[in-house]
Amino acid sequence: MLLVIEQFLNGLQLGITLFLMSAGLTLVFGIMQVINLAHGSFYMIGAYVGATVAALTGSFLLAMLAAVAAAAAVGCIVEILVLRHLYARQHLDQVLATFGLIMFFNELIRIIWGRQPLFMNVPGALAKSIQLLPGLHYPTYRLAVIGSGLLVALFLWLMFAKTKIGMQIRAGSSNREMVGALGVNINLLYTLVFGLGAALAGLAGVMAGPILSVEPGMGESILILTFVVIVIGGIGSIRGAVAGALLVGMVDTLGRAFLPSILRTILAAATADSVAASLSSMAIYILMAAILVWKPRGLFPAHG
Amino acid sequence: MKKLVIGLCALGLTLPTLCFSADPVKIGMITTLSTKAGYLGEEIRDGFKLAIDQEGGKLGGIGVELLVEDDDAKPEKGKQIAERFAQKDGVKIMTGIVFSNVAMAVVPKIIKENVLYLSANAGPSDLAGSGCDPNYFSVSYQNDNLDEVVGQYVTEVGHKNVYLLAPNYPAGKDHLAGFKRFYKGNIAGEVYTKLDQADYAAEIATIRDAGPEAVFFFLPGGMGINFLKQYAQAGLNKTIPLYGPAFSFDERILGAVGDAALGVKNGSQWTHDLDNPANRQFVAAYRKAYNRTPTLYAAQGYDTARLIGSALKATGGTTDLAALRTAVKKADFASVRGNFSFGNNQHPIQDIYIREVIQTETGFTNRTVKKVFTNHVDTYAKECKM
Repeated sequence: MLLVIEQFLNGLQLGITLFLMSAGLTLVFGIMQVINLAHGSFYMIGAYVGATVAALTGSFLLAMLAAVAAAAAVGCIVEILVLRHLYARQHLDQVLATFGLIMFFNELIRIIWGRQPLFMNVPGALAKSIQLLPGLHYPTYRLAVIGSGLLVALFLWLMFAKTKIGMQIRAGSSNREMVGALGVNINLLYTLVFGLGAALAGLAGVMAGPILSVEPGMGESILILTFVVIVIGGIGSIRGAVAGALLVGMVDTLGRAFLPSILRTILAAATADSVAASLSSMAIYILMAAILVWKPRGLFPAHG
Repeated sequence: MKKLVIGLCALGLTLPTLCFSADPVKIGMITTLSTKAGYLGEEIRDGFKLAIDQEGGKLGGIGVELLVEDDDAKPEKGKQIAERFAQKDGVKIMTGIVFSNVAMAVVPKIIKENVLYLSANAGPSDLAGSGCDPNYFSVSYQNDNLDEVVGQYVTEVGHKNVYLLAPNYPAGKDHLAGFKRFYKGNIAGEVYTKLDQADYAAEIATIRDAGPEAVFFFLPGGMGINFLKQYAQAGLNKTIPLYGPAFSFDERILGAVGDAALGVKNGSQWTHDLDNPANRQFVAAYRKAYNRTPTLYAAQGYDTARLIGSALKATGGTTDLAALRTAVKKADFASVRGNFSFGNNQHPIQDIYIREVIQTETGFTNRTVKKVFTNHVDTYAKECKM
């Protein structure tokens, strides 16, 4: 029973990380109609800047701030220099250009930081496990990640529902020309949205830094999961990103955790292990296919 | 006028070759210098080059020319480079491949083309057993060796059940099989994770629930770093000891993992503190030349170069393959590992150790704990017809 709760928390934590990544990506695609493959690169930049600042200053908080700021800054620069020219173009051109950006950033990271993975410490206060229930220990840091993710989700909701800029972003996703005609600076708005998406990815990166290895190309694996999330959730919708992220996080984690034991009841041990290994890596894609068959536009498609 | 300029240029280009009295022996190194595992190739190359630099551009008194190319960890690219070395550059001795899948694409074909291949790292079982060939030598090990030694040690220490973890690909299965070959206790669980998986929280929770006495894992590169960090964060490093082959515990990985790996026992045929004259001078020279402690890959590169040197010295620099082969097989050189000779399948017969991760003033490294195997022969030697 305790194992189930612990795995549930693991799934939640993965889901939160995916939510941070997919919120930005779905906004960019929904509002600006641009497929941005380089989103994983902002995640990587956040992790690298965070790791470097943490090593220099010893403060995780500073590292987080620096990571988010750096990712946002790079995001804005990328939007101005590259993406602005791609809005009118076909999706294939956007894919090609942003794919090129992936390789550019990977190589840039290698040139600046070298090929070796960087070391990032979990902040001292969070380095232990805490006892949630008798017999259930869970790493404090992962709980902190869950907590921060929920805070960010709350902040995003407040921003979109209650502020003027949120309203403009939502309007811009429905009808870009009209919003421009109404006197809103659409170019600036797009840069801000892109920067926000990049900042969220950078935050996900710096929070993942202590758990995962900070290395060139770390953005690719999470990017694939992120795309699965936004396809499941519905492109352009934050609600979809939340639902999709939690669903993918749970299915992936619980699949990996319990499929071997479930299969062992039906098959021989060795066969069960191999089948379970393959099935659990396929689980989220099977989920995605099933959802698309049922709801082709995703669970909570954005309107307009 | 134009013809005069072209003529002078051509003359200028040919002059350097006219100056050589004897052509240096070309050695082709196909290795992985890019991707996350790029530092493995760098270490092999730097260890190899150290041997050449120590003799001023020679090995065994014969001038050599080292050609290094990056295979990007891709089998097709490795094949192309090998073909180019053999046909365009006339290279007769090749080495350097890091990954077994690249080796399996390159080696079987290239050794049929009158080329001698000495492996400085990859030691796939196919080439140690039925696929053995007179033109193929492994100077490093056979892949399973480093797991076998851990299996033996874990049995000796007395852990009654062990949980196994590896990625779901051929090398993962091989390494776990190597451990199981020598481990005589119970297997509490055998889990294959996705290749390149980043988050092991689910697997760690399952391990905690299963409560084995020890965990043996093979997770090379970034996968190992992630697992070690997360395992320590879950607090399991204090309660369930970890074991593994040396591949997850070289100095570069330890630098990225910090104290999460402290105390982990791992199996290796070499550590920097092995006490023999060849090793002492190697470690000192490597530190001086490159400002870092060598990893086992560098030691393998260095040994390969010195082995080639011993062969070239014995044959007087000839590239006649039969003579070279005989000279290489004698292994008449001072290996940094101490005891070293070749078995019938031309894989090393050597001592294998268990070492422990420790922290020193200069960083994290390994300390030899115990010699577990003396003159260990790999298990595939009997399948080789040579």
